[in-house]
Amino acid sequence: MYWSWIRSGLALGLSFYLAVALVKPIGVSTQFVILDGVVASTINSDLVVKDEAAKNGYSSTNAYLNKSGGKYAKSVANPLNYGFVFVLSMLIGGALGAFFQRKAGSALAENCPLFHKRRFGDTAFSRYSIAFIGGAIVLFGARLAGGCTSGHMMSGMMQTAVSGYLFAVAAFIAAIPTAKIMYKD
Amino acid sequence: MSIVYAIALGTLFGFVLQRVGAADPQQIVDMLRLRDLRLAKAIMSGIGIASVLTFLSGYVGLLDMGHLSVKGMYWGVPIGGLLLGFGWALSGYCPGTGVVGAGAGRKDGLFFIAGGLLGAGLYTLIYGTIADAWFMQDVFGGKASIVSIPGAAPMFDQPWSLLVAVAIGAVFVLLAKVVPERLS
Repeated sequence: MYWSWIRSGLALGLSFYLAVALVKPIGVSTQFVILDGVVASTINSDLVVKDEAAKNGYSSTNAYLNKSGGKYAKSVANPLNYGFVFVLSMLIGGALGAFFQRKAGSALAENCPLFHKRRFGDTAFSRYSIAFIGGAIVLFGARLAGGCTSGHMMSGMMQTAVSGYLFAVAAFIAAIPTAKIMYKD
Repeated sequence: MSIVYAIALGTLFGFVLQRVGAADPQQIVDMLRLRDLRLAKAIMSGIGIASVLTFLSGYVGLLDMGHLSVKGMYWGVPIGGLLLGFGWALSGYCPGTGVVGAGAGRKDGLFFIAGGLLGAGLYTLIYGTIADAWFMQDVFGGKASIVSIPGAAPMFDQPWSLLVAVAIGAVFVLLAKVVPERLS
């Protein structure tokens, strides 16, 4: 149903290589901040403003969006930038992948995973709640770390970045016992 | 032009994550429970193959090394990594695979994204109060890397060091090959 490990590794390796060769290393988690900023700035129009003095031409009343000379502020003001469109396009890629899987006659993964059913029963509410809480913890952690599985673990380690190695070790140190205890069978 | 690249590369990456099975929480949790290491082998070999291709083409001048970008090292990196690992095991998603899962039609992926927006929003709000904390200060020279990369603080700053990165990449592929697919 899914590709073998070597075919998967080749496809992942080529994707990360092409991204670096053509543009820059792949990263995802920053775009959650950008989308938050886009939504927040429709409510508070003073959040991000043009600022000739800032390195990137924009500044923000929020310290995070204002960081590095208004780097995130600029992306919030211009959401049709490379990083944001890249992540939006991943939605299309996921849809296409599922479409071809279905076309090839292989069943898609169940909506409520087996590990969840065994632990909490077949209830959508508990699964959605855990996905929501997990999402909040994952993105808070990713922003504190300055990157996620894509940006630190894959892109970082492929560049021999010390931050990538230490991030990966920490992520697995927390993830393996959590998965073993939470979802033991 | 950069938008065309964004659409092409983003779609490719989303497609690959879906076909690899990384956007299926069951596959992630089975890897993290050390039951099915197919995905771990895929991740390790993927890193290795990307590394070999990148640094070989960089060494012969086919790739602009200025495209590389090493992230800073501060103690918040592994602290954030622990948090991410905990939430990853709990939900079966990381930021990229949650997006791909939602694209593939999974509702739990949408809830993961909604939670993610909350977590990223909370961090955005508190950043100003932690920006000067000890765990946000650069260590090991900040953008530390093993080999020579523009803008980074490399351990070996010579042109031949790119071949060291090729060798490290090959080790990742070899490790991926020797790790057994199933432990029990």
